[in-house]
Amino acid sequence: MPELMQFLLSGVTVGAVYALVALGFTIIYNASDVVNFAQGEFVMLGGMITVFAHMAGLPLPLSALIAVGATAAFGVALNKLAIEPARGAPVVSLIIITIGASIFIRGATQLVFDKQIHRFPAISGDDPIHVLGATILPQSLWIIAGAVAIFIGLWLFFTRTLIGRAVLATSNNRLAAQLVGINTNWIMTLSFAVSAAIGAIAGVLVTPVTMIGYDFGISLALKGFAAAMLGGMGNPKGAFAGGILLGLIEALTAGYISSQYKDAAAFIIILAVLFAMPQGLFGKKSTDRV
Amino acid sequence: MKLIHKFALGAMTAMAFAATPVLAEIRLGATVSETGPAAFLGDPEAKTLKLLVEKINAAGGLNGEKIELFLYDDGGDPNKARTFATRLVEDDEVQAIIGGTTTGTTMSIIPVAEEAKIPFISLAGAIEIVKPVKEWVFKTPHTDRMACEKIFTDMKKQGYTKIGLISGTDGFGASMRKQCLDVVASYGIEIVGDESYGPQDADMTPQLTNLKGKPGIQAIMNPGFGQGPSIVTRNYAQLGITLPFYQSHGVASNGFIDLAGKKAAEGVRLPGTALLVESILADSDPQKPVVAAYVADYKAKYNIAPTTFGGYAHDALAIYADAVKRAGSTEPKAVRDAIEATKGLIGTTGIVTMSKDDHLGLDLSAFRMLEIRDGGWKLAE
Amino acid sequence: MRLSEKHWTLLILIVLVALTPFFFPSSYYFRVGSLIFINGIAVTGIVILTGYAGQISLGHAGFAGIGAYTCALAPVHLGIHPALAVVLGAAISGALAWLVGRPILRLKGYYLAVASLGLGILVSMLLTNEAWLTRGPDGIDVPDPGLRDLFRAMGLGFSATEAWYVFNGFMLIVGAWLALNLYDSPTGRALRALHGSEIAARTVGVDVAGAKLTALVISAVYASVSGSLLALQNKFITPDVSGYMHSIEIVTMAVLGGAGSVLGAIFGAGILTMLPQVLTVFAEYEQILLGLVMMLVMIFMREGLLPSVLRLVRGRGE
Repeated sequence: MPELMQFLLSGVTVGAVYALVALGFTIIYNASDVVNFAQGEFVMLGGMITVFAHMAGLPLPLSALIAVGATAAFGVALNKLAIEPARGAPVVSLIIITIGASIFIRGATQLVFDKQIHRFPAISGDDPIHVLGATILPQSLWIIAGAVAIFIGLWLFFTRTLIGRAVLATSNNRLAAQLVGINTNWIMTLSFAVSAAIGAIAGVLVTPVTMIGYDFGISLALKGFAAAMLGGMGNPKGAFAGGILLGLIEALTAGYISSQYKDAAAFIIILAVLFAMPQGLFGKKSTDRV
Repeated sequence: MKLIHKFALGAMTAMAFAATPVLAEIRLGATVSETGPAAFLGDPEAKTLKLLVEKINAAGGLNGEKIELFLYDDGGDPNKARTFATRLVEDDEVQAIIGGTTTGTTMSIIPVAEEAKIPFISLAGAIEIVKPVKEWVFKTPHTDRMACEKIFTDMKKQGYTKIGLISGTDGFGASMRKQCLDVVASYGIEIVGDESYGPQDADMTPQLTNLKGKPGIQAIMNPGFGQGPSIVTRNYAQLGITLPFYQSHGVASNGFIDLAGKKAAEGVRLPGTALLVESILADSDPQKPVVAAYVADYKAKYNIAPTTFGGYAHDALAIYADAVKRAGSTEPKAVRDAIEATKGLIGTTGIVTMSKDDHLGLDLSAFRMLEIRDGGWKLAE
Repeated sequence: MRLSEKHWTLLILIVLVALTPFFFPSSYYFRVGSLIFINGIAVTGIVILTGYAGQISLGHAGFAGIGAYTCALAPVHLGIHPALAVVLGAAISGALAWLVGRPILRLKGYYLAVASLGLGILVSMLLTNEAWLTRGPDGIDVPDPGLRDLFRAMGLGFSATEAWYVFNGFMLIVGAWLALNLYDSPTGRALRALHGSEIAARTVGVDVAGAKLTALVISAVYASVSGSLLALQNKFITPDVSGYMHSIEIVTMAVLGGAGSVLGAIFGAGILTMLPQVLTVFAEYEQILLGLVMMLVMIFMREGLLPSVLRLVRGRGE
């Protein structure tokens, strides 16, 4: 049984990483129906800025704070400079814009920082915690805690706060939201800032486990995006469950079937779920407007 | 349309010329992966080429002729590498090509060099590059088969007969895994577990748990490069595996110790080059002056220590420069013959002696079995 | 006589393919031109899928991978001629698209994007991991289809690069011609109808699912042929051809140039194929510039570069 336990712990570790990234997609999607393909770059920026601020001699917590703040500012800039001017453009144009933004951020990062792989120390050291004959790193617990905290925060935000409801209203019908007095521009800016900040927090938390480099955002975003779709886009519950599920599928496939095909297994299951439930596990049915 | 086209072509040529001094006479081409997934290999290679060409030119060039370097970034994309190779040959009219950071990019440059009949010195690992021998193709790094042999020799000496393999599914890991499987039987070693991981994976504990559980397993080796081996090493420590652990030359850099952590990396063995242990080389070591000079120059210009991969580019340029001097010309055929006749050239990876049947010119003695102790490298032999 | 848009497009393509070589200073330009044609074929498929039918795919490189590896493997293992392997690859791609198309096309917007993305990644993984067959991530040699000999037999002494320029140019024109004919066909009208509004299209009796499936299958065949030609010209192919980045590249080319029209998309293929070649001196800034171009074009020229430029020119003329 210790094997199964280790596979499960590994799955939860990796799954929490995916869940954190997937949660970042949620807010922007809810506010604007845009899937932000630059979300992975926010994660990367969170990690990279922390690395370089730390290397410049700042203490780690301060570096992380700077990274989250700076990334949130980039999120605002992305919205103001690229998303807002393109309002009303078709989905495919918005995809290209955010992909363009991700390429731009990657290019700028390798120029401003470097192309090496980096890491900084884990919050509570590297001594593994033993659970039923298996082990998990303390940093993995931090990642899981981070994912849970952000998940609860988002859930409260969307269901309990006026601003959260305003975000949902803006997504449902922008015009109607404006008519009832919601400042939709401000809502959009806010949601980009929060999404970017969540991405950066993810970057800070996962770097001690995954390491970080200027082009790490792509694969993180791919998995996070897949996790969000699996759970149902726009739903924090779906993002969280989708991430953990994806991690577990991968770890169990690697453990019991073949490590070569763990990614394949993950995508086959995602495809199967989408075929059976086109809105994902927790997605809402949407109706078409003619 | 014609006007636009002419303008575009004009602009392209103008920019290509504006980038480099026109006085130079030796036209040397290079395409490496400065960006993309192999950037941490290609970046030091590009830096090294720029540094050394500058240095050679400052010293008056080769045979009194200065080198003009045409350097392109193929981003690790074989198709792009092919296009740049064509551009180097057809448009820049270079007299030799250095590059091909990865085996994939190298394989797609080879047909261009062979057809144009100009020497091509590759910086990639796979044995297929020089075996069978191709008239115009040479390479500087040890083959991955040699790395396997070096590791298996050490394992045999330690008396390990049952080992586990955990390799990356990227080009480096997959190719080395295949070579290791090919040669392992001749060392009387049996592979009892064969696991893999994706190049971007965050946790390899399931694979290591499976390996650990194999009955009779005595050691584990990890062919791979990038962040993968660092994570594997951390997971190794996390699971408390005490079996001897071997890494490949793909992570032979100080960065590996930093990323894996001093504690987790303790005791890891791998085959490395003289470059990596420059500071602890004996003064009598013939490679010492060459390696020390390269490290000093590189640090002076870029403020960081060079890596093994930069060393590959160093050796490629050294081989080319040496051949041009001996041939007394830059005519491709003469240079090719001279490269093939390279004898006792001291590089960072080893002492190179090529022949008609050997376009690599290195043997196992050039590899040094290293062990990580207290966060630094120690010679294990 | 006034030419229709279809004839204009074909005329412009033929003139460009036939006349630009007279200004090529070296055979390297034939190589770049040839790559533009290969990408042009793939983006023409995207025009049918995205421009006509309004469906988004982020996995078309998977079909390019199938086309490419069929050309590498079929001649060796099945003993068929490489040219026939192109057809076989296209058939496999088309069949796969048809098989997975029905369930995938029920999904809308991002769900289709992620499903196609997953499909592309699966193909890419298969090509990377099944090393016993595909020789793995370091790539595999592709047999020479004997194109030069064919031209030589016709009395044309082209170099290999020139031969491929001519052949791929011809293939692109044929591909564009077929796509333009499709536009005016009943299927094309059905596609355009559902692009506007699926429900409205269904109400007036369009077989929505059937039309979408047709578009997906045709575009998969285009991508497959483009992958085949790339493999045959390079005589070497790696799994990169099927990768996520290549899928993104194909869609970006089409949308940037103008996915609504064949000429626009091919224009986009031309720009994005040449960009890295032009930017070599600024290699460090290449990604920054590429990202900027993508954002700016999509913000300020939503229909794509070519349609926007044409509108500007026409506006001035009136």
